[in-house]
Amino acid sequence: MSENTHDHHDVIAEIKKVTIILSVLTIIELILGFWMIGITSEGMRLAIKGTIVILMLAKAFYIVAYFMHLKHELKNLIMTIVVPLALFIWFITAFLSDGNSFRNLRNTYDPHFKEQATIKVEAKEEVAHATDAKESKSDAKEGKSEAKESKSEATETKKD
Amino acid sequence: MSNVTTASTKEAKWWNGGKSPFDVEYGKVMMWYFLMSDAFTFGAFLIAYGTVRFSTNGWPNPNEVFKSYPFAGEGTNAPLVFVSIMTFILIVSSVTMVLAVHAGKMMDKKGVVRNMIWTIIGGIAFLSCQAWEWNHLHHEGAWWGMNPFINSDGTASTTNFTNFFFTITGFHGFHVLSGVVINIIMLIMTLTNQFEKRGHYLMIEKAGLYWHFVDLVWVFVFTCFYLL
Repeated sequence: MSENTHDHHDVIAEIKKVTIILSVLTIIELILGFWMIGITSEGMRLAIKGTIVILMLAKAFYIVAYFMHLKHELKNLIMTIVVPLALFIWFITAFLSDGNSFRNLRNTYDPHFKEQATIKVEAKEEVAHATDAKESKSDAKEGKSEAKESKSEATETKKD
Repeated sequence: MSNVTTASTKEAKWWNGGKSPFDVEYGKVMMWYFLMSDAFTFGAFLIAYGTVRFSTNGWPNPNEVFKSYPFAGEGTNAPLVFVSIMTFILIVSSVTMVLAVHAGKMMDKKGVVRNMIWTIIGGIAFLSCQAWEWNHLHHEGAWWGMNPFINSDGTASTTNFTNFFFTITGFHGFHVLSGVVINIIMLIMTLTNQFEKRGHYLMIEKAGLYWHFVDLVWVFVFTCFYLL
């Protein structure tokens, strides 16, 4: 018990420190998120998103290491938990690049898929979606969507 | 040869039997294994979301979708505000959980009870926020298979966005709900002196691990859905 009281202040100090770090990291993430709203440059957005992901991993580290106490466990336990999670590196790389490649393939070989990405629709309106179209509502909407189509054609020509 | 073995046994005597090579209680190791498997479940969900997002040309802008908060008017445009409150609620409840675990190690029953109550309040507050958000989105016409939002580039969106959002935040919310139930059970066990009789508060530590994991998952869910 005496050993515990000796550690008491150290533990409380560590909890305070980690709380502050987590709050600061979250605030930085939110500032970046707000800042990103006004930015249109794709490269810049990607850079900010990368920074946010790094901050997210830092937060995860602090939660697991200090709040879940993993840093103070034996190396045997740390390795048992952390090494299998390394599989995620491969999962993320493989699946995201697969998704990206699927999009490129469809944009190259599926004209309908590519066309969908160029047709603008009106915001804040009941839009006939791919799945909605199956529903009974679609009949009532037909007239509406025809009008919308001509509108979208107009915007398309404007864009060109 | 014998010299070498004695030297190496000093290094690796954790595996020589007679004691746990992890030097933690059995239940805690099992909790870690469970959390690892749960991490793969959430990871699979989030990676599926990422893959679908990468394979789609457009995607709704989260700042246009999540821009309201309770008691706000129709035309409110306050992106990230409500979700940052939710995030801080969960971080604070995680901190009170650490304090409860620490109080348990000190055999301080009062401290455990006080911090467990704060943790439970935090969990319920988070669930209420999520319930409001789901309700709000549902009123806007969003649900599984229904997506009233358009892509950020103005093209029609698929229902993938809402499907993944409701599935993953729902799965996380269900974990929060289980965590709150577990914490309430822990509180009752503390109040009825069960841990005092056992002589240790290890159950609080295990509940704590689960609760921190819920917070950890929210860090990823929050980033993937609201920020990226």
